[in-house]
Amino acid sequence: MVLVYIDHQDNQIKKSTLEAVSYGAALAKQLGTDVHGLLLGAVNDDLATLGAYELKNVYQINDAVLAHFDAQVFVKTIAAAATKVGATTIVFSHNQTGKALCAGVSALLKAGLVTGAIALPNTSAGFVVKKSVFSGKAFANVSIQTAVKIIAISPNSYKVVGGASAAATTTPLDITVTAGHVKITAVHKTSGEISLTEADIVVSGGRGLKGPENWGILLDLAKELGAATACSRPVGDAHWRPHHEHVGQTGVQVAPNLYIAIGISGAIQHLAGVNRSKTIVVINKDPEAPFFKAADYGIVGDAFEVLPKLTDAIKKMKASA
Amino acid sequence: MKILVCISKTPDTTAKIAFTDGAKKFDESGVQWIINPYDEWYALVRAIELKEKDPANIIHLITVGGADAEPIIRKALALGGDEAIRINTDSADSFSIAAQIAAVANTEKYDLIFTGKETIDYNGASIGGMLAALIDAPYIPLATSFNIEGTTATITREIEGGEEVVTVNNPVVVSCQKGVAEQRIPNMRGIMAARTKPLKVVEPAAVAALTSIESFELPAPKAGVKLISPDNVEELVRLLHEEAKAI
Ligand SMILES: Cc1cc2nc3c(=O)[nH]c(=O)nc-3n(C[C@H](O)[C@H](O)[C@H](O)COP(=O)(O)OP(=O)(O)OC[C@H]3O[C@@H](n4cnc5c(N)ncnc54)[C@H](O)[C@@H]3O)c2cc1C
Repeated sequence: MVLVYIDHQDNQIKKSTLEAVSYGAALAKQLGTDVHGLLLGAVNDDLATLGAYELKNVYQINDAVLAHFDAQVFVKTIAAAATKVGATTIVFSHNQTGKALCAGVSALLKAGLVTGAIALPNTSAGFVVKKSVFSGKAFANVSIQTAVKIIAISPNSYKVVGGASAAATTTPLDITVTAGHVKITAVHKTSGEISLTEADIVVSGGRGLKGPENWGILLDLAKELGAATACSRPVGDAHWRPHHEHVGQTGVQVAPNLYIAIGISGAIQHLAGVNRSKTIVVINKDPEAPFFKAADYGIVGDAFEVLPKLTDAIKKMKASA
Repeated sequence: MKILVCISKTPDTTAKIAFTDGAKKFDESGVQWIINPYDEWYALVRAIELKEKDPANIIHLITVGGADAEPIIRKALALGGDEAIRINTDSADSFSIAAQIAAVANTEKYDLIFTGKETIDYNGASIGGMLAALIDAPYIPLATSFNIEGTTATITREIEGGEEVVTVNNPVVVSCQKGVAEQRIPNMRGIMAARTKPLKVVEPAAVAALTSIESFELPAPKAGVKLISPDNVEELVRLLHEEAKAI
C-alpha cells in the first residue's frame, strides 16, 4: 500500500499535499496497489474531495495532542500508523513539514528514504528514485533497498492530477499518542505573501536594483502576475529584503513554472537554486551577464525602464484576454 | 552544557560538477573541499557564540569520513570548538551517517546537537531528523534563531509562509540555516590553536546503509536564450503567453 502524508496548515490541505497525493496515486497504479492518505489532526476541507486525485481512503488520527506540531510526536505517530496499516511506500512532500518528518520516520522504521525526489521511481529492476543533487546542478538515481520505502517529493516537481469522480472514504485510526516537549509560543505569518516554494511564478531581484527603496517596480510586476518574490544573497545579506526570500545554493531552492530574474548577474551559486525552473526570463543591462546563458528569454536593458513597461504590457494582455 | 556540531565536507560552491566511472561517481579531480556552509556559518558559529557567553559550555565537532576529512575538521576547529571526533568510515547514506553519530551521542549525552539544514552536495536534509529519532530527542528543523536560558531553548523555525517560535527543554536536535548566526572568518590565533586541539578517531558501529546511488545525470543544456528588444516588451509577454505558456 502507498500511504501519502496529508500535510495541512490553518486547517487547510496544502497544494504540496495534492502533488504528493497525485504522485502517490500514480505510484500505486505503477505498483498495482492501493493509495491511502494519513491525516494527523483535523482539517476543514471535505476529505471526500481527495477522491478527485484518486485517493481511496484517508486514515485519520484525531488526537488533541496533534493539534500542535511537534516533529518528535508526529514522527512516532506516523511510524506506528504506517506499520499498523501495512504501508510499503510512504510519500511526503519535501516542504517544511516533510523536512521535519520524513527523516525521523525513516530512522524509526529503518525504511530507505529519498528526499527531493523529482520523478516517479523506476521499478523495472529494483526501486530507483531520481532526485536533485548538488543544489540543482545534477540528478542522482538512488536505489532503495529496504522493504518499506519513503519518498519525499520536491515541491513543484510533480503535477497535480485531479478530475476523478470518486469520493475518498475516511477511516479513524486508533494510535496511542504521547505528548511531546515542544511548545509553540508564537506564529508569524508573512501575511498576504505567496509561498516561495509553492509559487507558479517567482519574480526575483538582485543588486542591480540598487537599493530597497527601488523594489516598488518589482512588487508591481509580481502583483500583476500573482507571483512570489525572491532575491539574490547579497540583497538578503544587506537586509534590502527579508532573509527568507534569498534563493540559491545557500538559500531556498525553487522550481516554479516561470522565474524572472531582474538585475541578478547569475553567479553559479544563484543558478544552483533556480535552474530547475521551467522557463527563465532574465532582465539585465549587461549583455555579458552569465545569467543569459541559463535563460530562455532575455532583455538586455535597464530594469528601471523595462519593468514598468512589462507590468503595463501584462495588464493589457490580461485585459484583452 | 555539552554541544555537538555535525560537520560535513562538501565540494566548493564553484566546483565543476562532473562524474566518472560510468556516471557512478562524483569526479573529485581538482575539486576544492569546504565545510558545508550551513554547518559552518550557522551551526558552528552559533555554538561558538554560546561558548563565548558561557565558557563552561563544551563544544564537540563530529564528522563521519575517512582521513581525507581531517583538513576540514581542523578548519572547523580553527573557528572554535574544544575537540573533534571523526568516525572512521566512508559515509554511505544519510541513515548510516546519522546512526554512526547517534552511537556517539548515546554515550556522550549532549544537551544540544546542531546540524546544518542540509548539505550542498546531496541535499538530503535528513541527518538531524534521523539522529533525533534515533536518540529520541525533540527535533527543530530549519531554525532561523536560537537562544537558550538555563535548560530552555527558544527557537524560531521556518514554516510555510512564515515562522514559528517554540520553546523546548534540552536535549534537542536543531537544524540551522540563515539567521541563526553570521559567517565568521578564522583568524591566525584560531588556526594555530586548532593544531593542538584533540581530534579523536573512533571506529564505526556496525550499521548498514538503506539506500545507494546507482548513477548521476547532468541536466540537458538549455536551447539558448531568445533576446527581445527592451522597446518591445509586448513581444516578451506574447512569447511567455503563447510559446512558453507560462503566464
Ligand atoms: C559559498 C557561497 C554561497 C553563495 N550562495 C548564494 C546563494 O545561495 N544565492 C545567491 O544569490 N548568491 C550566492 N552567493 C553569492 C554569489 O556568488 C553572487 O555574489 C551573488 O549571487 C550576486 O548577486 P547579484 O546578482 O544580486 O549581484 P551582482 O553580482 O552585483 O549583480 C548585479 C547585476 O545587476 C545588473 N544590473 C545593474 N544595474 C542594472 C539595471 N539598472 N538594470 C538591470 N540590471 C542591472 C548588473 O549587470 C549585474 O549583472 C554565494 C557565494 C558564495 C561564495
